[in-house]
Amino acid sequence: MSASLTLVLLMSLMYAVGIYVMMERSLTRFLIGFLLVGNATNILIFLMSGPNGNAPLWTGGPEDADMVDPLPQILILTAIVINFGITAFVLALIYRTWWLAQLGDEGDTLPDDHAHDTEEDAEEAFRQVDEDDEAIQRVLDASNEHEDDPEPDPVQTARDTEVGR
Amino acid sequence: MNALVPLVVTIPLLGAAIALIFGQRPRVQIFVSLISLTLVTAIAAVLLVAVDQTGTVTVNVGGWAPPWGIVLVVDRLSAIMLLVSALMLLGVLIFAIGQGIVDDDNETPVSIFHPAYLVLSAGLFDAFVAGDLFNMYVGFEMLLAASYVLLTLGGTGARIRAGVTYIVISLMSSLLFVGAIALIYGATGTVTIALISERVRELPMGVQAILCAALLLGFAVKAAVFPLSFWLPDSYPTAPAPVTAVFAGLLTKVGVYAIIRTDTVMFVDVPLRIPLMVVAFFTLLVGIMGAVMQADIKRLLSFTLVSHIGYMIFGIAIGGDIALTATIFYVVHHIVVQTTLFLATGLVERVGGSTSISRLGGLLKAAPFVAVLFFLGALNLGGIPPFSGFLGKIGLFQAGVEEGSWLSYVLIAAGAATSLLTLYALARVWNMAFWRSRGEVEGYQSPLLESLAESPEDSGTVATKQTSRLMVGATTGMVGLTLLLTVFAGPIFGYAERAAAQVENVENYISAVFPEGSP
Repeated sequence: MSASLTLVLLMSLMYAVGIYVMMERSLTRFLIGFLLVGNATNILIFLMSGPNGNAPLWTGGPEDADMVDPLPQILILTAIVINFGITAFVLALIYRTWWLAQLGDEGDTLPDDHAHDTEEDAEEAFRQVDEDDEAIQRVLDASNEHEDDPEPDPVQTARDTEVGR
Repeated sequence: MNALVPLVVTIPLLGAAIALIFGQRPRVQIFVSLISLTLVTAIAAVLLVAVDQTGTVTVNVGGWAPPWGIVLVVDRLSAIMLLVSALMLLGVLIFAIGQGIVDDDNETPVSIFHPAYLVLSAGLFDAFVAGDLFNMYVGFEMLLAASYVLLTLGGTGARIRAGVTYIVISLMSSLLFVGAIALIYGATGTVTIALISERVRELPMGVQAILCAALLLGFAVKAAVFPLSFWLPDSYPTAPAPVTAVFAGLLTKVGVYAIIRTDTVMFVDVPLRIPLMVVAFFTLLVGIMGAVMQADIKRLLSFTLVSHIGYMIFGIAIGGDIALTATIFYVVHHIVVQTTLFLATGLVERVGGSTSISRLGGLLKAAPFVAVLFFLGALNLGGIPPFSGFLGKIGLFQAGVEEGSWLSYVLIAAGAATSLLTLYALARVWNMAFWRSRGEVEGYQSPLLESLAESPEDSGTVATKQTSRLMVGATTGMVGLTLLLTVFAGPIFGYAERAAAQVENVENYISAVFPEGSP
């Protein structure tokens, strides 16, 4: 089996850098490392597909013999999609961690913390959180990022149940 | 009959989509989830009977024959795993619904619970029926991605912290898994398990061992085998009670299932006996030592979970019909009992306001029924005769004696010690939380409570909450199931024996996937 030396070197480099970056405590660094290692793995799958050849289209002609192995490409495609989804989730997680770091314990809206609160106490606590959240939202809007929050927003949910009562 | 196999994956996925659409209407979501999981349970039961009578069922998805297409394989082992996990998922779902109703949808909140739960189910079922490695990987990813969501449900600080550990570790193990698949593809030119099994035998032993080790490393993280089990007790207990119950019962067992497949179908020739026995020994002892140290019941149970994975690894290590029979029986027993105990602990937390045994007391009087539920589960996990835990362990020890090497005698000793220590830890929970009266808790002095480790996320005693009839009913049903496992241990052992014989017979597996001979 022949393999491209450039790709092997690239893969090793991505693995090395990726794993090194993953060792960091910061979740953002971890994500970068994860992306590098994930794509290095994709290159590994690609390398395992054997020699280069024609595009994997069945023509019925003699060139079909030189067809490249299509299966690893499907595997890579699937792996890319999965990594994409996971990346989106980890980004949401990073956003949430940052949000909690900004708010401290206020960010915890476990219902237990407020079990003995009166209605007004709860209103007050949620109002503060709401304001912080809105401020964060304004900053996000200003930086022209995507508005959707893929995580369920506990504040919103809490407010909904309040209204529901 | 064949048409039923893909349904176990597609029904929950479809249900997840519908539940997501009706995110604002909890009643519709509950209805959809219940229907989906009930259907899957029924299908799994039908498949179990059919597979037991007529042999392995295979389906070529989309009509593409393997090795080009995706093949789904249901043999006796897959069928029983499908049925047991479907039953567990259904029971825990009912518990979660009960909890959601009592709490006014705050604790198991938000529209995402039901879709994520159904995707988790679909991934789980997919991993059990997968006939090729890559499909198994996709199943793992589905259930893991859903488990990330469920573990960080509500996004509170404690859950995010626990979730980060879990997610980082799981992602690493997934990368290892894909890397191993790539290497196996490079060596054998296929990802179909049956074909891998055939072609791997022609490779040099060194290459076989490396491929096998790469694959097992990924699975061992998921199954929480020592030394790759450190993440589990830190991440599971913070989730809501029903989520922890499902994770504890099922997620580690997918790893065990994958290890069984790796050892018995794909890499038959690789001598795994001694390395697996060594890790089983440490898994058993290190896990239970951790459990004995814990004051928090949920953490304690998480440590016993890790520890008892050692029994299954021990069974896989010995190999052969008797050991595999006992392993399959033990896996079934452990799924049911561990899930039940976590649900019972969920009830204890609501009744007592805490899960730390240094603060709980008087529960026998306060909630006698919950006490009985916990007690039955605890005895079963500890392996008291005549419960199924005892029967499973006896089977394993019998296989160990039959194998006869000094290492397996060491493991039998470790297994017996683990069983006793499990009983010790759970009996202490019983003494402190249930037998001790409420008034004694303040300033209580006992050697039993010395140098215990509290949970790092411990938030003190919180207000007790109502338990609904649905929650208690679901837990009772599960406890009933553990008792049925004991009463019908004979037929179940018989089934496990046939399943083990089928798993051992690799040629049978290959000819089921390739009825016209392998390419």
